[in-house]
Amino acid sequence: MSDKLFNTPQKDVSIVLCGEAGQGIQTLEFFLTRIFKISGYHVYATKEYMSRIRGGSNSTQIRVSSDYVRAPVRRIDIFIPLNTEALKHLERNITPNTVIIGDKEIIKSEYKIYNLPLTRIAAAIGGRIYENMIAVGVLSKLFKVNLQNVEDYLKNYFAVKGSDVVEKNIRAVEEGYNEADRLFKGAEINIMKNPEVRNHILLNGAEAVALGAIAGGCNFISAYPMSPSTGVLVFLSQHSKTFNIIAEQAEDEISAINMALGAWYAGGRALVSTSGGGFSLMTEGLSLAGMTETPLVIHLAQRPGPATGLPTRTEQADLNLALHAGHGEFPRVILTPSTIEDAFYLTQKAFNLADKFQIPVFVLTDQYLIDSYYNIPELKLNQLDIEKYVVKTGRDYKRYLITESGVSPRGIPGYGEGLVVVDSDEHDENGHITENLELRVKMVEKRLRKMELIEKEALPPEIHGEEDYKHLLVGWGSTYHCIIEALKHLNRRDVALLFFKQVYPIHKSASSYLEKAEKIIFIENNATCQFGMLIQQFTGFKPENQILSYNGLPFTVEDLVEKIERIIGGVNES
Amino acid sequence: MKANPFDIENIDIAWCPGCGNYSILKILKDALLELEIKPEKLVIVSGIGQAAKTPHYLKANVFNGLHGRALPAATAIKAVNPSLTVIAESGDGDMYGEGGNHFIHAIRRNPGITNIVHNNMVYGLTKGQASPTSLINFKTPVQVEGVFNEPFNPLSVAIALDASFVARAFAGDYKETKEIIKKALKHKGYALVDIFQPCVTYNKVNTYQWFKENTYYLDETHNVYDRLEAFKKSIETGKYPLGIFYINPNKKTFEENLPPYKNNSIPIIEQEFDKTKLIELVNSKKNS
Repeated sequence: MSDKLFNTPQKDVSIVLCGEAGQGIQTLEFFLTRIFKISGYHVYATKEYMSRIRGGSNSTQIRVSSDYVRAPVRRIDIFIPLNTEALKHLERNITPNTVIIGDKEIIKSEYKIYNLPLTRIAAAIGGRIYENMIAVGVLSKLFKVNLQNVEDYLKNYFAVKGSDVVEKNIRAVEEGYNEADRLFKGAEINIMKNPEVRNHILLNGAEAVALGAIAGGCNFISAYPMSPSTGVLVFLSQHSKTFNIIAEQAEDEISAINMALGAWYAGGRALVSTSGGGFSLMTEGLSLAGMTETPLVIHLAQRPGPATGLPTRTEQADLNLALHAGHGEFPRVILTPSTIEDAFYLTQKAFNLADKFQIPVFVLTDQYLIDSYYNIPELKLNQLDIEKYVVKTGRDYKRYLITESGVSPRGIPGYGEGLVVVDSDEHDENGHITENLELRVKMVEKRLRKMELIEKEALPPEIHGEEDYKHLLVGWGSTYHCIIEALKHLNRRDVALLFFKQVYPIHKSASSYLEKAEKIIFIENNATCQFGMLIQQFTGFKPENQILSYNGLPFTVEDLVEKIERIIGGVNES
Repeated sequence: MKANPFDIENIDIAWCPGCGNYSILKILKDALLELEIKPEKLVIVSGIGQAAKTPHYLKANVFNGLHGRALPAATAIKAVNPSLTVIAESGDGDMYGEGGNHFIHAIRRNPGITNIVHNNMVYGLTKGQASPTSLINFKTPVQVEGVFNEPFNPLSVAIALDASFVARAFAGDYKETKEIIKKALKHKGYALVDIFQPCVTYNKVNTYQWFKENTYYLDETHNVYDRLEAFKKSIETGKYPLGIFYINPNKKTFEENLPPYKNNSIPIIEQEFDKTKLIELVNSKKNS
């Protein structure tokens, strides 16, 4: 066995699976991530796929590691193409060190390929459907996964489908196991296992947002299906009975947001989940939330635009949309989860913030975060409280009582003796239409006054690195782990990272970090450095150095290392 | 005149003198009083337009939202708290034009709300353009040669979608309209009450006189449970039928169909959150 992969201990190995839509790449991802995790490996998976149900080329990268691993890499250590197209699709990432395993009857190529006769073996078992499990078997053997563990998992998973299905899937895994032995002459990949990982939680971003919503007391979601935001609607629908959640697929996004506002008005805690175009339709409703001071949580999962753009790809280009959407002036908060954990905690927090300040709160994610999986040790549920701010109304209740803070106690219909009147027109303290222009001024000031309190509660940016940095990387949202891993590769004490989990309003400490840097480098998955421009507006620091990507894919660690070095010079000065 | 608990004193009403909205407001307040509905248990949801200002002129909880969007908000309000009486009230332009899509889908959902539509066949607030229900040849500053688009027929659409309660009333008939609204409010699912209403400023064709001359009441021979018959009545023009066209008493409401209400009818806003179930669900992600 000449391949380096098998002869030296490895810290992390990148596996890429690629095939047509419909060939089961997602099924493979599902089983492999789970099987690796229950074996004690840290695992990470990210997918890129086309907006089609059949054909094309979809791929999944799975990283298996002895330590936490949470970012995409360009490198492919093991490549399993399911057709010839797959090789072409990822040609630029294949190196001489890439071990390619495939069915030579299907794949015609110049590359050295370890022949795995998937078609023939699957046919003997019962059909093409078993090809995926054969691949699972091969990788299980290579990664020293206990066969019994895999079989137990499959028995449990397929139990509802009957013993025949269970047996055939197990046979497929066993055949794969034996094939790997034959192909690689017993060679295996050595990565340290950590038994603690078996107890970790495996989540993707969509599940984390949905769980965060449940933990935030969400009891109503109205949404129109749209990639990549749909997973949240699906998850909450599936658990609607257990958690008393009304999950309604609306006729359009306009209906979705107006339903959500109706639900909050009547005492519910509602979420809308959408993406660019869908959110564009919601913007009038957003403005209604602003005027009526009705709380609202908006999960906005970004994908590349304009218009339909690249429906299944990723981008961070809707920050300006979230920031400026809705006519008129009213406060809002934009949270930008950087990790799966954040997706959970910040969505939970969004419900409390929305209720406390009676404002729209955005949870701004993207396709990359939503569709990525990795293991996390735990979610700290005991520390989380559902904060409710609804008051019982008295006979003389005024929904828009002018207060010093700008926040008026919020009543709901049927709870107390008062009447709760809200109006999209400018209104008096009782909520009724007014064209009294002095009152108008007071109401505008009341609504905007809340911003002072909201700014005080803004999440400060996080700083990573030594205090005496010269170069400061600035990022927000889903790029977090990729930048962190790039920083490790750079291994330079003169480079630090300033990271924002809340991009609006910006915490006032931001300036103090920026002014210490000789060079500030903005890293964003968009073409116009939207956050850099926002920082400039808030702090005066001009985003002179920008690392931007807008090809629909997330950054890879190698990408960032190269691009950062190009700006700061390759010499390690420490 | 005896005091009505729904009256608000000293209000500045934005409607023209003689507007049909005044009679609808009076009829609505009297119907609510007779049904002993309490203002604090009533929510009126409206959109934008002159009709949509109605909830500001009586005592009720009010959600006066966006143009055309009353029905989604009303549906959600009823869903999170089914113990409330919920009315969605606006004009023809709001409900059938801007909100047309929601009109269709609200009927499909069958929420337990009453949908009152002031139908004056014209846009009042924007000063006299055609509405979806304006009749052919109706001339306006925009439809200068007269309307040529087919008038929207809300009753036919509703019956085609098997709406559970469909009625048409006339603002000029106090007694009949009050009875229709009372029946609509007592109905379990979605109830449409389209109310013919003269606009004294912008519609000089469809006047009080015109509506008197061009309508008649369905009599006791009309079977409200016969959908086909109801549909036939709904497409009659020339003389427009008034009254209850159609009732489907067998439909489950939107709320009844929702998973949280399958086992009990406690409003979801009163249900306690069970953290142990969340812990269970999170733990299931360890080996799912």
